[in-house]
Amino acid sequence: MVAHTEVSPQVSPEKILTVGECSETRGSESVSSKGPDVLCEQNEIVSHKNSNHVAIAGSSTVPHPKKKSYKEEDCSLFVAFFTFLSYGVLLLVGYIKEFFVPVTTKEKDREEVELCSPFTNFTIYLSYGVLFFVGYVKEFFYPPSTKEKNREGYVPLYIGFESFYTRNVYRRIQDCWNRAICSVPGAEIDLMERYTPDYGWTIKHTGKTIRCINVGSYNYLGFAENKGPCHDAAEEVTREVGITTSSPRWELGTMEIHRKLESLVAEFLGVEDAITFGMGFATNVLNLPSLLGPGCLVLSDEFNHASLILGLRLSGATVKVFQHNNPEDLEKKLREAIVYGHSRTRRPWKKAVIVVEGIYSMEGSICDLPNLVRIKNKYKAYLYVDEAHSIGALGSHGGGVVDYYGVDPKEVDIHMGTFTKSFGAAGGYIAGSKDLINHLRVTSHAQVYASSMSPPVAQQIITSMVIIMGKDGSTEGRRRIQQLSRNVKYFRQRLRQMGFIVYGHDDSPVVPMLLYLIPKISMFVRELTKRGVAGVGVGFPATKITGGRMRFCLSAAHTKEMLDKILKEVDEVGYLTSSHYSREPKSQEPIEW
Amino acid sequence: MVVLDVHLNLEERLAAYFNCEAAVLYSYGFSTSASAVPAYAKSGDIIYADECINFALQRGLQASRSRIVYFQHNDPEDLHRLLKEQAIVDAKDPKRANATRKFLVVEGVYFNTGEVCALPQLVVLRRQYKLRLFLDESVSFGTLGPHSRGITDHFNIPMTEVDLLMSSLELGAGGTGGFCVGTSFVVEHQRLSGLGYCFSASLPPMLAAASIKVVDILEEEGASLVEQLQDRSTQMHRALTSLHTKVNITGAELSPIKHIRLSESSGDRQCDEAVLTQVVHKAEEYGVAVTVASYLYDREANAPQPSIRITVHKNLTDAQIDTTRDALTHAFTDVLG
Repeated sequence: MVAHTEVSPQVSPEKILTVGECSETRGSESVSSKGPDVLCEQNEIVSHKNSNHVAIAGSSTVPHPKKKSYKEEDCSLFVAFFTFLSYGVLLLVGYIKEFFVPVTTKEKDREEVELCSPFTNFTIYLSYGVLFFVGYVKEFFYPPSTKEKNREGYVPLYIGFESFYTRNVYRRIQDCWNRAICSVPGAEIDLMERYTPDYGWTIKHTGKTIRCINVGSYNYLGFAENKGPCHDAAEEVTREVGITTSSPRWELGTMEIHRKLESLVAEFLGVEDAITFGMGFATNVLNLPSLLGPGCLVLSDEFNHASLILGLRLSGATVKVFQHNNPEDLEKKLREAIVYGHSRTRRPWKKAVIVVEGIYSMEGSICDLPNLVRIKNKYKAYLYVDEAHSIGALGSHGGGVVDYYGVDPKEVDIHMGTFTKSFGAAGGYIAGSKDLINHLRVTSHAQVYASSMSPPVAQQIITSMVIIMGKDGSTEGRRRIQQLSRNVKYFRQRLRQMGFIVYGHDDSPVVPMLLYLIPKISMFVRELTKRGVAGVGVGFPATKITGGRMRFCLSAAHTKEMLDKILKEVDEVGYLTSSHYSREPKSQEPIEW
Repeated sequence: MVVLDVHLNLEERLAAYFNCEAAVLYSYGFSTSASAVPAYAKSGDIIYADECINFALQRGLQASRSRIVYFQHNDPEDLHRLLKEQAIVDAKDPKRANATRKFLVVEGVYFNTGEVCALPQLVVLRRQYKLRLFLDESVSFGTLGPHSRGITDHFNIPMTEVDLLMSSLELGAGGTGGFCVGTSFVVEHQRLSGLGYCFSASLPPMLAAASIKVVDILEEEGASLVEQLQDRSTQMHRALTSLHTKVNITGAELSPIKHIRLSESSGDRQCDEAVLTQVVHKAEEYGVAVTVASYLYDREANAPQPSIRITVHKNLTDAQIDTTRDALTHAFTDVLG
């Protein structure tokens, strides 16, 4: 649309008059000779036409419709099936085209991430398409029989795609998830054998157990034991003070042991003070709302954990997501957000916080801490590092990602972590400056409403932390850290050499091995169990739909022999399922432990 | 979340205890209520909640993104009025009404006031207006009912009337964690969509084993334990009724939780709380440990008045109850005059 207020006489009338829909062909007689009056007339016509157009456009927009809050309606299953089929067809066409006319420009791979071939992508969507098609046809002829009793006439509790997925995809391979164990989750584990008499609708236990090597538990330093100093100390504390305080910290729920634990955690991390909570998930969910609020800016990594996402949502802060482990993207988004301020009010932000994790549990990648600290200092933002998986598992002293990079602990404003993984206990902590912890002691939701940590659990953490720090006089802590580090390097290198696609950094004890297709995940889990290795498979919705994987968690309790056995079985099952996806050249040198 | 045989055992025992089909075990009491509600209620649904529900439930309601309608504390008439209003709106748009789920969230015994929920009238409303009833029995687990099965037992209401029963094991049950029981149709959904269940570690085995023992004890001696506790609660209530002219006590006689509040508030919450804190310190000098009920006033949906929370123990002797009454009377007289 062209709106002219003044027209240069050199411009030909046709140009003026061809304005969107209101193009009017004037006679070819030159109008320019008629002088400015005619041009003004033309202008009027043009502007009149414009204003008409605007008027028409204006009148077609009804005064703003009343804002209705619509409930998000799920599409029908038929539509869902065709969505996946359409992806499948597009990818097939693309694949055939690129087979005959290869693409010359290559996509820049992100660090340590090897992408699968387009054909694999196609097979992923095809596999989902087939599952949904079969499910749709089956439910067309035999509508789902699981109906709720005693609730006739009620609005159904579950509607839409979620329950269709559960019934038709998850149900078929349900025996690979939620597997029960009946032993300490140490280096070896006893799985309870299960069977399903009706294709996954119900699952029963046979009563037998299967002894497997455990690569599924987060037992990084091997403290999941039922013998030893930790166990004895915890037993003593239980006999002394019992197993619960039955109160939140504010209401007669603080014991001597909590204070002792908090000062030990502060010493371990090299910070001024720390505060502990009874549950790791709740640490994030209940403390982010007391640190942040509306008017605060948060830059959150793409693959942050559900507890961080929920905590940020409940806090009401504005969250912007940056690409996983990409400091350039983070800097760009942070700079933009700070320059433009709040999107509606354009006011400056009250504070800016960057929220990342030390090790990402699904990707196995370690965050780029030095770069993050540099960005944080440049833009005067705060840094919140969730070290749930990295504390104890990284670093020469087990101090987590801060220790690993040798960064000054004071550079990270808020250290957060959990005791579930490397310390063999439960609960979480937040550590940092005295001001921060004093604020949290007064405003944290968990301090006021949630019960304090159980005393024997606190004692388990104290004993294991003392061992890791070497304060008990032994070298056990040092040995465990070194054992874990050697295990990780050996395992990852061997796995890559075999030809599997493995994500993450070379030092990360979480090893995700890509399988892509859901049926491969279930077959891998079942076959490995038969061969005496208990691993964990992860699929949608915990990962992307094209990112199904096996996740191995290494431990200081694993010996070289155990690792060799695991690798041998994984290789065998990999051949059974054709999962050697890597197309990069491999070195044939033997890898030493 | 990996489960041990201990957890499976505890879940089976809890389901059997309440005569329900299935149970789900959480590792933290707070997360139980905060994760259970958002697993079912999504944006576009309506939740009717009592205005004095505890903080964990409030966070759960906030996380669910549904429309929350509070009704006056323990007042089924007020709830009825709100439901009638909604029914008129629904009649104009039946298609939308058929896609909107409605939930009713209440507690068995309210932690913030000590009142016992008026469950029979709420069940009638639930049937009439097709609501789904979510009941939080953190306080009433093991403390109400002739067979110690909680408030449904107390009012003799069958468990089929309740869609989901949530409870924490951290209060009366002396353990850690929490659980939800109900029909498998309802409860099994949480194994995939309860955030505090899927994305969190499971309960330490020792604490789960301790809770199994608690269920054992309740099954054997629950009836007599409840009787003893209710007797003590009634005694305590009568002893504390006439403490001081400027304070009054709220809570049902039977409830093990009572709140002592100032009859005339000064208008400023912090001021009231400071007065009550002084009373608590004085009471300590007289040999009784009590606590001011703690709240984050700026975060609560309907912040309650400051109070001193009294919790009754089943082993309190008459002499100890008298000591409590005297200590509190002295403390209040010293501070309030």
